[in-house]
Amino acid sequence: MHDAPSAKELIEAVKAFIDKTAAPQLTGHAAFHARVASNALATVLRELDIRPAAEADEKARLESLLGVTGEPVETLNRRLCEEIRTGRMGLSTSGLLPHLKSTTIDQLSVDQPGYSGLRSAAR
Amino acid sequence: MGSSIEIEKPLSEWAAVYFGAGAKVQALKRLSGGASQETWAFDVAASGTKHALILRRAPGGVAAARSSEAVSLATEAALLGATAKSGVRVPDVLHVSPPGSALGEAFVMRRVTGETLGRKILRDEEFTLARTRLTRDCGEALARIHAVPIAGLPELPRSLGEDQIAKYEAIYRGFDLPRPVFELAFAWLKANAPAPAVPVLVHGDFRLGNLIVDAEGLGAVLDWELAHTGDPREDIAWLCVNSWRFGQSERRVGGFGDLPDLLDAYAGAGGARFTPAEIDWWEILGSLKWGVMCMIMYGAYKTGADPSVERAAIGRRVSENEIDLINLFEGLGRHA
Repeated sequence: MHDAPSAKELIEAVKAFIDKTAAPQLTGHAAFHARVASNALATVLRELDIRPAAEADEKARLESLLGVTGEPVETLNRRLCEEIRTGRMGLSTSGLLPHLKSTTIDQLSVDQPGYSGLRSAAR
Repeated sequence: MGSSIEIEKPLSEWAAVYFGAGAKVQALKRLSGGASQETWAFDVAASGTKHALILRRAPGGVAAARSSEAVSLATEAALLGATAKSGVRVPDVLHVSPPGSALGEAFVMRRVTGETLGRKILRDEEFTLARTRLTRDCGEALARIHAVPIAGLPELPRSLGEDQIAKYEAIYRGFDLPRPVFELAFAWLKANAPAPAVPVLVHGDFRLGNLIVDAEGLGAVLDWELAHTGDPREDIAWLCVNSWRFGQSERRVGGFGDLPDLLDAYAGAGGARFTPAEIDWWEILGSLKWGVMCMIMYGAYKTGADPSVERAAIGRRVSENEIDLINLFEGLGRHA
């Protein structure tokens, strides 16, 4: 398979079309949705950039917290949810809150990098 | 959705009765926002005076059987009357139109001038004085709302903290999307639940966006759709949820004030004496609820009920509530 243009380039091209060509011709509700669409593509671009390394880090932390290896991240997260739901892990579990904080900071860096709560968390 | 032609005639007929023959309905305009009810602005010119008014109306004049706990328009109108009597600044209700009438299920209230947009209230120069008064005004308004005698009110849904945890946990589990931060919040809330309060009238959505603010401070409390009987701390904490600080995170009360000042104003106006530590529990519940509501909105995209890009994108705001919860958990020690 080839990648010229790459997924990133294609998304950038569509985003530029929305921002520079389509959105200026729209009004009202459609203009609002064009802005949301452009923001959604910006999210995808950040995800392409950030997710691979962030998810690898998340997986390593989950494996260490749960003492399990060789499972996909989603399965590990389901295991973690179960540990918390049944009370085997909680706020007093060493490493749990720092793990959740790191994961959420990475997630927000993709989803809403300008969110006020992200600045508070970094302090 | 109602058309202006459909409602202009019955509205004119009502105006002629209320303000006298010759009263004219003018500048009728559907306002944006408010998905569940229609909101219209209009003026009535009568005997040389112009009255600025608002019509709140069920979509198409007919209330749909709604699964949510939102109260009816007649109940909302009754709450405006009852809270006005207790000294809460709310719009005056002039008319309640019953289901099946020409106007449909609706009520008419006076239009209060001022701003509702949180970002403008927190940043614009014209609200500089208002911002210094809002904490006190909100504390007093909440104390008065919570002091309204329940016995005289229409029947309201009852929803205490444990009811809300059960409701939102069931919704969250229904999505089958693992969110460890939400899981931790549900478990912590259950393990640390406060003793239930004697139920009072709770506004249910008391925050910037639903408050009219003018240059002098709080002008009117709007949007009573989510009113219920419950714990007074729910309203106080909801005003503190970071989603409603519109970027001004460092001021815990709505982005404009500090919690000890709000609690002082609340107690000074006859409310109970609450501590910041008590509000923590309710703010965690508030952030969790809003996070699950964002999941619900994304769910509307996933099921195809609302295929808009806006509904899809809102699923990527859930992490805002996750970081707010983590910040709250880290702050717990400070109020212990």
